[in-house]
Parts: sequence; structure tokens; C-alpha cells
Amino acid sequence: MAKQYETVIGLEVHVELATKTKIFCGCSTAFGGAPNTHTCPVCTGMPGSLPVLNKQVVEYAMAVGLATNCQIHQYCKFDRKNYFYPDNPQNYQISQLYLPICHDGGVEIETAAGKKVIGIHEIHMEEDAGKLVHDEWEDCSLVDYNRSGVPLIEIVSEPDMRNADEVIAYLDKLRLIVQYLGASDCKLQEGSMRADVNLSVREVGSEKFGTRTEMKNLNSFKAIARVIDGERARQIELLEEGKPVIQETRRWDDNKEYSYPMRSKEDAHDYRYFPDPDLVPVVISDEWLQAVKDRQPELRTEKLARYKKEFDIPDYDAGILTESKRMADIFEETTALCGKPKKVSNWLMGETLRLLKEENMEPDELGFSPAHLAKLIELVEAGTINQTVAKEVFERIFYDNADPEKYVEEHGLKTVNDEGELKRVVEEVIAANPQSVADYKGGKDKALGFLVGQTMKAMKGKANPGAVNKLLKELLQ
Amino acid sequence: MQLKDLTALELGRKIKEKEVSVREAVQASLDRIAQTDGAVGGFVTVDAEGALARADEVQKGIESGQYAGPLSGVPVAVKDNICTEGLKTTCSSKILYNFVPTYSAEAVLNLQKAGAVILGKTNMDEFAMGSTTETSAFGPTKNPWNLEHVPGGSSGGSCAAVAACEAPYALGSDTGGSIRQPASFCGVTGLKPTYGTVSRYGLVAYGSSLDQIGPIAKDVSDCAAILETIASYDKKDSTSLDRREADFTSALVDDVKGLRVGIPSDYLGEGLDDEVRAAVMRTADVLRGKGALIEEFDLSLVEYAIPAYYVIASAEASSNLARFDGVKYGYRAKDYEGLHNMYKKSRSEGFGEEVKRRIMLGSFVLSSGYYDAYYLKALRTKALIKQSFDRAFEKYDVILAPASPTTAPKLGSSLSDPLKMYLGDIYTISVNLAGLPGVSVPVCTDSAGLPIGVQLIGDCFKEKNIIRAAYAYEQARGRWVAPEIAACEAASDNMQAAGSAAKEVG
Repeated sequence: MAKQYETVIGLEVHVELATKTKIFCGCSTAFGGAPNTHTCPVCTGMPGSLPVLNKQVVEYAMAVGLATNCQIHQYCKFDRKNYFYPDNPQNYQISQLYLPICHDGGVEIETAAGKKVIGIHEIHMEEDAGKLVHDEWEDCSLVDYNRSGVPLIEIVSEPDMRNADEVIAYLDKLRLIVQYLGASDCKLQEGSMRADVNLSVREVGSEKFGTRTEMKNLNSFKAIARVIDGERARQIELLEEGKPVIQETRRWDDNKEYSYPMRSKEDAHDYRYFPDPDLVPVVISDEWLQAVKDRQPELRTEKLARYKKEFDIPDYDAGILTESKRMADIFEETTALCGKPKKVSNWLMGETLRLLKEENMEPDELGFSPAHLAKLIELVEAGTINQTVAKEVFERIFYDNADPEKYVEEHGLKTVNDEGELKRVVEEVIAANPQSVADYKGGKDKALGFLVGQTMKAMKGKANPGAVNKLLKELLQ
Repeated sequence: MQLKDLTALELGRKIKEKEVSVREAVQASLDRIAQTDGAVGGFVTVDAEGALARADEVQKGIESGQYAGPLSGVPVAVKDNICTEGLKTTCSSKILYNFVPTYSAEAVLNLQKAGAVILGKTNMDEFAMGSTTETSAFGPTKNPWNLEHVPGGSSGGSCAAVAACEAPYALGSDTGGSIRQPASFCGVTGLKPTYGTVSRYGLVAYGSSLDQIGPIAKDVSDCAAILETIASYDKKDSTSLDRREADFTSALVDDVKGLRVGIPSDYLGEGLDDEVRAAVMRTADVLRGKGALIEEFDLSLVEYAIPAYYVIASAEASSNLARFDGVKYGYRAKDYEGLHNMYKKSRSEGFGEEVKRRIMLGSFVLSSGYYDAYYLKALRTKALIKQSFDRAFEKYDVILAPASPTTAPKLGSSLSDPLKMYLGDIYTISVNLAGLPGVSVPVCTDSAGLPIGVQLIGDCFKEKNIIRAAYAYEQARGRWVAPEIAACEAASDNMQAAGSAAKEVG
């Protein structure tokens, strides 16, 4: 019988924090900008410059630690990780090795196979590096230090995951937690969330871990799923052939869908970590820790439970609405304004998701104001516009954040409630469609629908379909 | 007395009283530099044009009331590891031979706010690594008392420039004695403040946890006034301290009655030159005569200071100096193939022997498998040394000690045996490890005519105790005496005859 193998996976997740300024200087963290314009002597490693810690970084790291059930080291330190590379202007990265800010936590994930807790070994703070641009035409490399010194946290999991489903559920859980905290936008494609996958295989039932490899450069959930399946197969094949798995770092090429070795353990760096003498230890007082605890916002799990209890909406809807902080915020703010959670949910679950899909957008990119959606719902409720017009107006809200009242006014979209006007048009429609009138009178109810449609068309959609229906029936009696 | 012979405060007073213009003061220094620095070699960069332009600006500032402090208009020499905006800052290294900072160190900014005029940058041991100023990539500085001897180091250029009356005062930096030892060799006064008193922002780091900028001058009054000017709490330096009692000049009082002075007997044993020991005892007698209580005691752990220091300072240096790689600024090798070869060649060609030795030593002690045995153990030793000083300061206000076991050695006699050179730091190094303030004060000359200085060490934040003791001693000793620079005095006479700006005053 063939051997059964189990995959053992641990993740190192880097999250770029949403601070306005860098971790050790006052330079902007804004994305883009001409090369080397968001720089100063500190983040370009000039002689004599010194780092000063950005307090907001500590608060975000604490918040993420608390939300992932970690212990907080109230006395933590920064260490230097020494290695030479041109994107690293000091040739050391300021990170945390010996006393990281958060340790020993975990989050619960849910997959088709059920619920499971994934342990978090530690979370530490560090600085990002600059970016190298290789100019093949000039045969030279250029370096842009705009990213140098942008704050990161690295969330290191325990080797608790066993398959791609669990990995993706874990990443999604982290993403939601961090987004809910406002600590980062967590976009894999843009690199504000990056995952390195450590993977080994072992025979089912074995207590001992196999030799692991580390895969870098994974920038989508799909790539992560593919790399896990690919690396598992590669390692099992080696073992079946009686060959050893070599402990090494491999780089994933998502275009070619295969990984290749970057460096093996033999030539692994000795980073010569030691405490950074330029920075004093970070001492987190009980008061500071409590203040951060008190400021923790409601996270997704709690929000989901509250939605189910507080609003009369289906569980499925509540799940979708809370999957993005932005969506949940729009839902709550709109509901608070109009008091109709079911209607708000319908607009978000229906038209909003449809348009997002059509535009290939993420819910986080939603830009319209809840006040406008609330007003739209009120306009429909008051009979000022009908459902068809409302859909048209919503598109303007979605794309341009248009004010629905103004839009309806400017485009003359109000439902006509003037009975004389309506009667005149209905009479015209009856006169113009003798065949349908005859059919209706002959017992074909369907013909009435056609007449309603004709009336609506003549009214340019601005009539109340119920009123038209009623009037037609009266006149055709 | 000529302008060049005045102390910084005396010159500042004459400028304030309009007896001397700032331009005259600056010109006097520039003339003296022209006259003697060819022989002494205290400066690596002299910014005559910039200094004269600045002199006129400061003169206006004094007249408008912008500059009212005691150092307004007084020229200063700055050690070449302290960044000066627009003025080359090389650390006396080939690897930074062309580096012009876009910013000034906080200490320099503080001086400029007080109306200082920077004359230029002074020579030093490369990256402050050395005790003789012979490891400079630009050649050694000579001791103004005897040009065949070293000035000490690493702030040898600053101390020699002050001793040779080329600059009324100078800034130095002290990681293991780099202000106090050359001050003692050159017969000038040099003070290393409590760690954190002067911002390190803009000081090119050697051993970050030990480095401090401090004043070098003709007497302790100058040092107190300069320290008062450069000390400040700086948000740009996380290790900077918000000092409350920073009114150092208030301690310039000739009164040591009841001051408790301890002399570590373990500093007086083997290896200490007899004449230096005698100078320490003579200083003790003077202080006793003024009512101080003198006592010998055992400091302990003295033999561990040097190994602990060289492990910690080298470890930090190996990381601090990693940024000099030829990528962003400074020296890059001409021919190379690929990135690693570029790093290797630029650093091999750009750094001198002593710097490379310490980078290798530091990289070794931080290596995986050795970190605990060396670096961590050195940090524990550092903590124990601090504790032994803490115990001493329960009993004493001031510790009196030699600044160096000997007077200045001859040029060329030290570098061949680095271990022996390292041992010369034995009396100064523990002060850095414990973060304490220390001042070196000239006492006398030895039988060969070379200066001997003694060191006064205070508890953390107690600069005022050592300033008071040094000032009281100085009052008994008498006014500072300048060396005669044999090779230059003849030239000096000629220049005066030619009607240079050297001006008789007082």
C-alpha cells in the first residue's frame, strides 16, 4: 500500500502598516511618488543619522497582537539583522529577534472540514527595504528608497496548517482582523500583505516534522494554493525516490507555475543579530496597553454575531456584509440613517455586488456615501421614484457618489402622481392598441401587462406601475 | 599676550566688548593654522573662506543682539566624524574621502546658534579607531609639544589644534577615551559628558552605546561653557536625555571643602609610569590642601574593562560601518565585476588596517554560536563594571585617576602591536562602559617635556562635581601654558614682522 503523507505548513506573513510616516523617521509612506522623494538622511542610511521609533507602529502591532489573542511583551527591543544588499541602505535591517512585541497567540479558522485554531508564534515590528530597478538597456541597477523604512509587522504562525484550504482561511482571517483594526489595507497584489510559506511533508502518524522548504514571492491566494500543491508533490516525489528534501529557500514563479531554489541552508546568511544600540527598549505601561485594549474596534466575529441578533437579515447576507470592513461600515451607517436594514442589505447584496463584479473591484474600493444610499431608499419608500428608476439612480451613486435627490430632480425622474396626466396617457395607449384591448377583454390577462408596459414607456418610466395597472383595469371595464 | 593664546571665554569677552572683531579672531586662528599646521597636521580641512564669511555674519548678529552668549564669534575646530552641512566630513577615511553631508550634527547646530564660527575639520584615527591619530588615511597628527610624538587619539587633531593655539577650542568624540587621552597627551583639557548629554545625531557612529561628543579647550572654564552650549535634549536621538541641571558653569567655584575624592588603588599598580603616578598624587595633595577628603579604594574588575570594551565597540562598529559600501556615497572601487566584488573591493580599498581589524573582530563576536560567549558576556561585564562604580560613588563624589599609563609615545611605535595599544585605554574605557562623565586636566610635563594629565570621573549626571574639582585644582596650578612649537616659532616671528593679523592684546 502506498504511503500516506501529511503536509505541515507554517506561514510568515508581512503586513505593511497604514501609518502616515515611516517607522524610524518622519518621511511619508505614501505609495508612488518620484524615486527617492520620500527620503531623508535616516531612511537612506546617511552617516550619523539615527532612528526614532514611530509610536503608532507600536500601537498597531499591539492591536493586531491583542486581536489575535497574543501575549504582549511590555518590555521589547529592536535588533539589527545584518546583511548586505543595496536596497537596504544601512546594510542592516532593524527588526525584532530576541524580544518581539507579541507572542503565543492564535486565531480560529473555519474550513469545510470544520473549525480549528492556528497558533501564532510571534508578531514583530520591522522596517521595509527600498526597491531595486534593473535597467537592462543601460546595464545598471537603480535604487529607490521611498519604501525604505515603511513599517511592517511580521506575523509568524506555528506549523499548524495541513492544506491550502486552511492556509487561505488563515490568511483571510488575518486580513479581516488587520483591516478591521485599520492597521493595513492588506492587499496581496500591491504587496501590503505578503506571505512566505514554510512547508514539509511527513508520513501520516509520524511525530517528527520533515525537512522544510520556504517559498517566497507569493502575491495571490491562487498562487499560494498552487505553490502548496506543487511543493507537496515535489517533496513526496523526492521521498518516494529515497532522496532527501533539502532545507532551502525557493522562489515561486507564478507565470511558469514552478519554484526554483534561491539559497540553501549551507549558504544561508548569518545575520549576526544584536540589540540596536541606537534605540531604547520599548516599555509598554499597563495604562498604554489598557488604552489600546479600550480602543479595539468590534472585529468581524463579534460583528457577525451582532448582525444576526440585531438585524433581520439572512446569515448568508450577514456573512457577505462583514467580509469587508468597508461594506460593513456602509451597511451600518446607512441603516442608522434610514432604519431599514433589510432594504440596505438588499441594495448591497444585489446591485452593489453586481456592479463590483462587473467592474472587477474589491468591496474596500467602494467610494459612495451611506447618506446617499439611505436617501435613495427613502425616495423609493415614499413612492417618489419607482424601483426601475431607483436602479438607474443607484448606478450614479455607485460610480459618481451622486446625490439621489438632486439627480432625480435634475433628470426629471420623479414618479408622476398627477392623475389627470396619467389618465390622459392611459387613454392614449388604449386608443393606440385596439388589438390588445380586445384580447384583454376577451379574457387574455397577459394583454394587460403589455398595456402597462406601453404606458410606462410613454411616461418614460416615471409612473407608478401599480397605479397604471389599477387605472387600466378601471377604464377597460 | 596674542589673540591665539586666549581661552575661548577670554576671546569671547573681548569680542563682546568690541576690543576684537569676529573677523580678527577668525583671521588670527587662520594665520596660526597657516603657520603651524603644516608641522602639526591637526586639520584635514580648513574652510578659510567659509569661516571669514561666517565671521562677518556673526559680527552682525552680535551687533543686532542675535548672538549674546559667551562663545559668540569665537572660532572652533570640529572633529571630522561630526557632520557639518556643506563641509566635507571624512572620518579621516578613504571610504568617505569625498563625503559632504547635507545636514549638521545637533551639537554643531547648537554651537552655530551660539554664534560659533567653524574653522575646519580636524584629523583623527580613522573612524575614531585608534589611540594615536596614526590610523588616519590622511597621515598622522604630531604632538605640538614634541613633533616626534603622537598627540594621542582618536581626537588627536582636535587636541593638537587647541594645544598649538590654532583653535581656541574644539569638539571631539569619546568612545573609549578618545577625548581624555589625547587631551592628556597634548596638555589640554577635555571632557566626556554623561552618555546622552550631547545628541549623537550627526556623529558618525563607531560604538553607538559608548560614543559621546565633548569639548576640548585650554581650561575647564571653557569646557564647562562649551558643554553648556552643546548639551541638549534632541528628539532625533533616542538615547538623548532631558537633563535638568545642565548649568555646568555654575560649578566653576574654587571650593572643594569636604569633597570626597577616591583614588582606585587598582589603577596605580603595574604598567603605570612613575611620573604619571606622581602627577596623580600631586593633584591629590593640591585637592587635600583645599579641604577635600582623599582616600584610596579598590574599584575592582579593572582587568575586564578592555576585553568587554573591544567586544562591544567592535560589534557595534562592524554593523555601523556596514553602510559604507560604495553604493550611495563615498569611495567605490574602479574595477569590479558584479555587486559582491564591488562591495569587497570598495571596502578592502576604502578601509584601513585598524578599521578592518575591528570590523572582523566585531563580526566574529556577533556570529551565530559565539554571540552568547562574547557579546552577551561583554554586556554582562559592562553591567558589573557599572555596579562597581555605583558602589564607589556611594562613598565618593569624584574619582581621581590617571588618564593614560604613560605620556605620548613616539610616532610609529604603537601600531605594530595593537594589543599593547589597546591596553593604553585602561583608565578611560570603563568610564564609557559605565556611561559616566570624565575630564582630563593637564598637571605638568614629564622629564622629557611631554604633558601629563589626570582624570576626574564623576557619577552619572554629576559633571558639576568634576568641573568643580578640576577648577579648584586649576586655580592652584595656574594659567595654562602653550608649548613652543620649535619648527614653527621662527616662521612665526617672520610673519609678525610682515605685519600679519596676529595682534598684541591685553
